[in-house]
Amino acid sequence: MNTRRGNILLDIDWTTVLLFLVLMFFGWMNIYGASYNFDQTSIFDFSNRAGKQFVWMMGALLLGSVILLIDYKVWDVLAYIIYGIVLLVLLATPFLAHSVKGSYSWLSLGPVSLQPAEFAKGFTALAVAKYMGRYEYRLRTWRDMVIPFALIGIPMFIIMVMQRETGSALVFAAFLLAFYRQGMSGYILACGVAAVALFIMAIRFGQTALPLGVGSVGTLLCMLLLIGVLLYFLFRERLTLHAWIVIGLTLLAYGAGALLCIWFRFNFNILSLTLVSVYAVYAAVLGGVFRKSRLYLLAAFTVLCLGYTQACNFVFNKVLQPHQRIRIEVLFGMKDDPTGAGYNVNQAKIAIGSGRLFGKGFLQGTQTKLRFVPEQDTDFIFCTVGEEWGFLGSCALLGIYLWFILRLIHLAERQRDTFSRIYAYIIACIFLFHLTINVGMVLGLLPVIGIPLPFFSYGGSSLWSFTLFLFILLRLDAARLEKLHGAV
Amino acid sequence: MINDRFYRRRYVISAIAVGVVLLYVSRLFYLQIIDQSTRDKADNNALLRQTVYPSRGLIYDRNGELLVFNQPIYEVTVITREMGRDFDTLGFCRSLDIDTALFNTRMTAMRKNRGFSRYTPQVFLAQLGKNDVAALQEELYRFPGIGIRKRTLRDYRYNAAAHVLGSVGEVNQRDLDRDAWYSAGDYSGRDGLERTYERELRGEKGVEILMRDSRGRIQGAYKDGQLDQPAHAGTDITVTLDIRLQMLAEELLRGKIGSIVAIEPATGEVLALASNPAWNPRLLVGKERSANYGRLLNDPTKPLMNRATQATYPPGSTFKTLQALVCLQERGITPGTVYPCSGPASSPIKCTHHHGSPVSLTNAIEQSCNPYFWCAFRDMLQHDGYGRQNELFRKRYALWRDDILSFGLGQRFEDSDIGEQSTGSIPSTRLYDKFYGKTGWKAITIRSLSIGQGEILLTPLQLANQAATIANGGWFVTPHLNRHDSLRTRIHHTAVDSVWFPYVQEGMRRVMTNGTGRHHAIDSLHMCGKTGTVQNPHGRDHAIFIGFAPQEHPQIAVAVVVENAGFGATWAAPMASLVMEQYLNDTIARPALRQHMSTTILNEQVQISR
Repeated sequence: MNTRRGNILLDIDWTTVLLFLVLMFFGWMNIYGASYNFDQTSIFDFSNRAGKQFVWMMGALLLGSVILLIDYKVWDVLAYIIYGIVLLVLLATPFLAHSVKGSYSWLSLGPVSLQPAEFAKGFTALAVAKYMGRYEYRLRTWRDMVIPFALIGIPMFIIMVMQRETGSALVFAAFLLAFYRQGMSGYILACGVAAVALFIMAIRFGQTALPLGVGSVGTLLCMLLLIGVLLYFLFRERLTLHAWIVIGLTLLAYGAGALLCIWFRFNFNILSLTLVSVYAVYAAVLGGVFRKSRLYLLAAFTVLCLGYTQACNFVFNKVLQPHQRIRIEVLFGMKDDPTGAGYNVNQAKIAIGSGRLFGKGFLQGTQTKLRFVPEQDTDFIFCTVGEEWGFLGSCALLGIYLWFILRLIHLAERQRDTFSRIYAYIIACIFLFHLTINVGMVLGLLPVIGIPLPFFSYGGSSLWSFTLFLFILLRLDAARLEKLHGAV
Repeated sequence: MINDRFYRRRYVISAIAVGVVLLYVSRLFYLQIIDQSTRDKADNNALLRQTVYPSRGLIYDRNGELLVFNQPIYEVTVITREMGRDFDTLGFCRSLDIDTALFNTRMTAMRKNRGFSRYTPQVFLAQLGKNDVAALQEELYRFPGIGIRKRTLRDYRYNAAAHVLGSVGEVNQRDLDRDAWYSAGDYSGRDGLERTYERELRGEKGVEILMRDSRGRIQGAYKDGQLDQPAHAGTDITVTLDIRLQMLAEELLRGKIGSIVAIEPATGEVLALASNPAWNPRLLVGKERSANYGRLLNDPTKPLMNRATQATYPPGSTFKTLQALVCLQERGITPGTVYPCSGPASSPIKCTHHHGSPVSLTNAIEQSCNPYFWCAFRDMLQHDGYGRQNELFRKRYALWRDDILSFGLGQRFEDSDIGEQSTGSIPSTRLYDKFYGKTGWKAITIRSLSIGQGEILLTPLQLANQAATIANGGWFVTPHLNRHDSLRTRIHHTAVDSVWFPYVQEGMRRVMTNGTGRHHAIDSLHMCGKTGTVQNPHGRDHAIFIGFAPQEHPQIAVAVVVENAGFGATWAAPMASLVMEQYLNDTIARPALRQHMSTTILNEQVQISR
């Protein structure tokens, strides 16, 4: 074992490095494809984006090498200090930055611009990992989550509110998945999923009228979902009789409502809300009778969700900016606007769809070449892949990405100390989050949220920050045996 | 960390990653393999199938004089998305020499268009001349999103024949729905020959396939233009008009409301088709078109109406020629029949002329004797008596009407290429039945018909055709405007036997030698004619004349109607005479008469200057 000590070239995980290089190189080719126009020849032409990206790539490789040479302990020891510096830079950025498409997140450093927000998430990951990796730390109650959530919340707040860079801020949601691995209750994730589902139902079907009486399909669906959750827990707690009572009562109530429609326009919204409120009280009573605290929580959750569904419509119609609202409406197919808000996504779908099975070939794509897709070399880079490399190429890219993420999870799992593992998980989850949001947006499955596809999208900040975090992870991983010995 | 109790959660996270990728792969499968619609959209996107507009066919007159041609015009287009926040509106307006108010109204109007898109070029200003866009062209690079497109516009050599030639305007929604050839913003013939021969004149659009980027900027020809299709220019057409005759006719009508139609009897070719008031055809071209159109539409003298084919008048005494023919054919009279005339004392219709009595047929035509034609009409209708239920009389009337209709009257020339036509009217048996009851009407009831008054209404075109038919001796070719047209062979024979025509021709000849037309005849041309003074309950009588020349081998048949002018002999006959002279002699030996006709203003409202 001692022989391997300090020989970084032997200890480093070459599989990950190789995947990193493949992704970065493929990305570079596609940036060339996306920014290529008919009178330009060289991929090394520094006046265009492919050429610039080459410079960024060389910088990234240099950066990675430097990280590998630095002592791994630095990241653990300096985690809070670096976090503090990052917060200061984030705070200062809006005052130093000039507006780029409405956000104040770009700092000009001579010839290049950097986006501190890109770097913030990885360094926050270090701080969170350090806090949660403390020997005495156990994630048991919600109190244990306060500090980690605060560590995430502060940069998130600065980026979202002060820098107006919603996409970068949302990436911090990826931390939740890492916390889940660390022991955070799965219900919190489930709540997140439920919140998204309720929001979609409330908005998408909020204006759709029921065929009978008064009321919207959205409210009915939301309430049925809540009743379903309730039933799940009733069965789980073996309160089968009560579960059947709830089912019977529900069927009876809606049946009676439908019958009443013969005489007047019965309001199903009120019925749904009343029913769910009654069930919440019912669950609370059952919790008292059978002394099951989970049922109290369930009652509370139901009431919260009730309020939440009512708030969704308010938020959607009153709080969201018009351009955000229209993006969501277009996504849900409530509005068709191929020349306006839906333009990007529509063009992206057209570009990808025109690639067919084998694609049009490198530099042969007409859609991307002719710049139909806005942001095609940054956030919408996946279009170029879809158009020029076709279904097979796109699947290959997704496959490589999946392999890369699973490899990171594998690396995380083999860490011997909590700090490294939590850090590795957070990084893996950030990559997963970026992949999900970016490709989902391009494929028209998610609303347009402008975050880059790591190693693929053009941009120095993005490439360097991901390289930095990946190589810190690789450095920590390479030292895992060292740490084991050191600990012993 | 092997003992970690949450160890299994790594699989949940891995499963989420795998699930997301699988979902995206299936979405890709749908978009790239199953969904076919995107492929066409992609081509539509990247390949600009730019229409190459064919140049519209030219129009020549019968002597090869160019009448209608094309001139280039320019359109300024805007891609609003491209304009950017710091677009130099002021500079842009200055280079186009417009004010910012117009700029704003145009931008607002553009956004309201149905097909408006921020991403594709929209027409900001259309139909500009070369000079209008010259300044902008120089500075085009300064204005992102602005482009200049070239098209062609109609232009006219002569300020004449506006009604006949018609005009070209932007297609409307109905055209778009009916004919897929058109796309929004295209032009098509709206009226006149431009409309009738739209298919010939418009030619075939070509296609130029270009690659463009999202800004609409052209990046070059697709596959080096191998798939392009050139545009085929529209077919030129030669019309039957003689532009010099047409211009003379229009000149004579100056300051008057009326029309002149001249036809070559043997071929049915329309030599002149003038209607006044008219307009300069250049007025309905380009950006002034809509404003001028509105002005013409609101003009109380209704210049947009082609009176030569759309206005209807009672034919008055000119109808006596037909009356004579039908009465001869249906044995109401014989060539030797004479009737007494008591002049103004005649009853039930008085005579407006003074001549001897009794009168013969040719004399009656010469002198336009009302009582003669009343008697002839009466005897023709009463030939079989009335019958118990008036049925014998009504049958005779139907026969009379059929004979009249066989001259092409009371109906459109359906096989003609003259677009705007009125039917005119020859009253039917049913009309009188409805009015008086089946037994309630006799010859005396409809006596006005005998002298071309009453319920008969004819268009000047029908009058001219009537003249041509008499000139031919019993047949006519549908009047038409296209020289190279199969219509030339469409001969229609009338129900009247050709043996009866010489009597009427002779009568009409004598009108020009001894009768109402004698002052304006040129002996050497052997003109035949018939004047008419049509009673008009709304004002002064209309002056009408039909005629042809020369008597033996007629080369031209003419009808002239001048509204509210008074005697046919005073206004209509000299105009027809001048037209015939011009056509047959190719010159006019009576400049004073011409001067008098063209400078006299009978209607103050008619715009003299066009």
